[in-house]
Amino acid sequence: MRKSGRGVAAAIAVAVTGLALPWIVPSITTQAAFLWLMILFSLTWDINGGQMGYNSFGNVFFFGVGVYACALVQRDSGLSYYAGLGAGIGAGALAAALSALVLGPAMLAIRGHYFAIATLGLSIVAANVASAWEYIGAASGIAAPLFPGAIGDRAKFFYYLLFALAVLTFLLVRRLYRSRLGLAINAIRDDEDKAEAMGLHTTRYKVFAWSIAALLLGAAGGPVGNLVGFIDPNDLAFAGATFGVWMVLMAVLGGKGTLWGPVIGAVVFHVTQELFWTWLLGWQRVAMGLLIVVIVVFFPTGILGWVARRRTTAA
Amino acid sequence: MSTLLEVRGVSKRFGGVVANREVSLDVPEGSITGLIGPNGSGKTTLFNSIAGTHPIDSGSIRFDGHEISRLRVPQVARLGIVRTFQQTHVYRGMDCVRNMQISTPHSGDTLLSMLRESTAAETERALQLLDFVGLYGKRMLPAGDLSFGQQKLLEFAMALMNAPRLLLLDEPTAGVNPVLINGLVDRLKRANAELGITLLVIEHNMRVIMNLASRIYCLAHGEMLAEGSPATIRDDPRVVDAYLGAT
Repeated sequence: MRKSGRGVAAAIAVAVTGLALPWIVPSITTQAAFLWLMILFSLTWDINGGQMGYNSFGNVFFFGVGVYACALVQRDSGLSYYAGLGAGIGAGALAAALSALVLGPAMLAIRGHYFAIATLGLSIVAANVASAWEYIGAASGIAAPLFPGAIGDRAKFFYYLLFALAVLTFLLVRRLYRSRLGLAINAIRDDEDKAEAMGLHTTRYKVFAWSIAALLLGAAGGPVGNLVGFIDPNDLAFAGATFGVWMVLMAVLGGKGTLWGPVIGAVVFHVTQELFWTWLLGWQRVAMGLLIVVIVVFFPTGILGWVARRRTTAA
Repeated sequence: MSTLLEVRGVSKRFGGVVANREVSLDVPEGSITGLIGPNGSGKTTLFNSIAGTHPIDSGSIRFDGHEISRLRVPQVARLGIVRTFQQTHVYRGMDCVRNMQISTPHSGDTLLSMLRESTAAETERALQLLDFVGLYGKRMLPAGDLSFGQQKLLEFAMALMNAPRLLLLDEPTAGVNPVLINGLVDRLKRANAELGITLLVIEHNMRVIMNLASRIYCLAHGEMLAEGSPATIRDDPRVVDAYLGAT
């Protein structure tokens, strides 16, 4: 009873903050939009990384597919702005989910560190292909179409889109973890041989879970491409060294394999990172690197894991 | 009693080592059948062949009349053959109840049916079986926090949750507190009698297997050395030789 009350309170707090933020501090609307993106990144990463035990360094690939699919639909479909954007986001989500369905059976047959390495290759290959493929703008990228509304409304519009997507992602994964599929992917994480011996359709569940992550990442691609306004294959769409690594770090920082851990990790990480940019300009990458070391050394089980351990030792 | 599992002339080699040579064995439906043999005689290899862990080189394995030697592990399991491991395999990060909830039979599962939550009936069954093996008090603990013996009991309960037709038990009493062994043997018998689950048991503890099985097979050096009732096996000079190393 008390627990559900706390959940309602948290939900109201998140909703009020999320809705009001662009009106209270309009100057940080874009940064705040990226906060929701980071939450979506770490929540989707944790589906396979934390809950299923398949650490992916290539989930940014699905995001990039979404970015490009949306941009291409907007550029070539001839639809009006909003219709094109809507169709583009849908196309991005579908294209990303389809690529996970196609790649999944082969890649998810690779276990342990080898899976991580294979997925790392995936985003590198994608970035290189995107940099060379003329049809999608090659290394010069694609510019997003002009936003038809007032200039000040553009960031707000995409802020709310990303806020809605992050909330949708949270609700979806929460539902997923309560289902028998959630139990199944936990079982695969803890002992895949046992799960097979008990008759679980392990490949089917692994591919499906990865596709859900891909679907949401693909849907997020369109709004981000439009918010930034210019799609660079290496710095935005397939940014493996930034987004690709951050996804992992945020989930690990908050506590992987938990529902709230990735959310907390994303907030702490993103806010810290923005503060580094503001106060340590010129040294922000060094500070970032140090932060990563601190995360891995002192919080191997994440903030939630650290809190839980302190609680049990105190009690 | 009809034959549930029929192993005929199964051979399996690993490189130059012949782990099983022309092994044949029958497990009648509803029986408790024992499989004994010294260390390295090929008992676990035979289990792995039945469960689909690795392909066999020659021979045939039929379950309920269907050839299963070409099927993979999850497919064999969904037909109703569940195996436990010598070293325990439980879902260490999940509590005992969740370990049980995900161990329901998976033959009819679709993606859609996996999206629902566990039903009250499933949870009820899970708690009953945890109680049956004596782990009800530990039900909220992560499986990884249980002792080795308790993990074996949990693994047994998970196998029962799966409602298999044939249960392959690889040394169920190894590492279990001697005080608990009698209780475990009693539960194996009850699972067989009350739930109608056919058992094929690898066991080193002679007192246990003689008490449990109605028919015993003895492997030595990868070949089937002897078979018969517990009394016949106990008095068979070849079996005694195989264990004591006489020539």
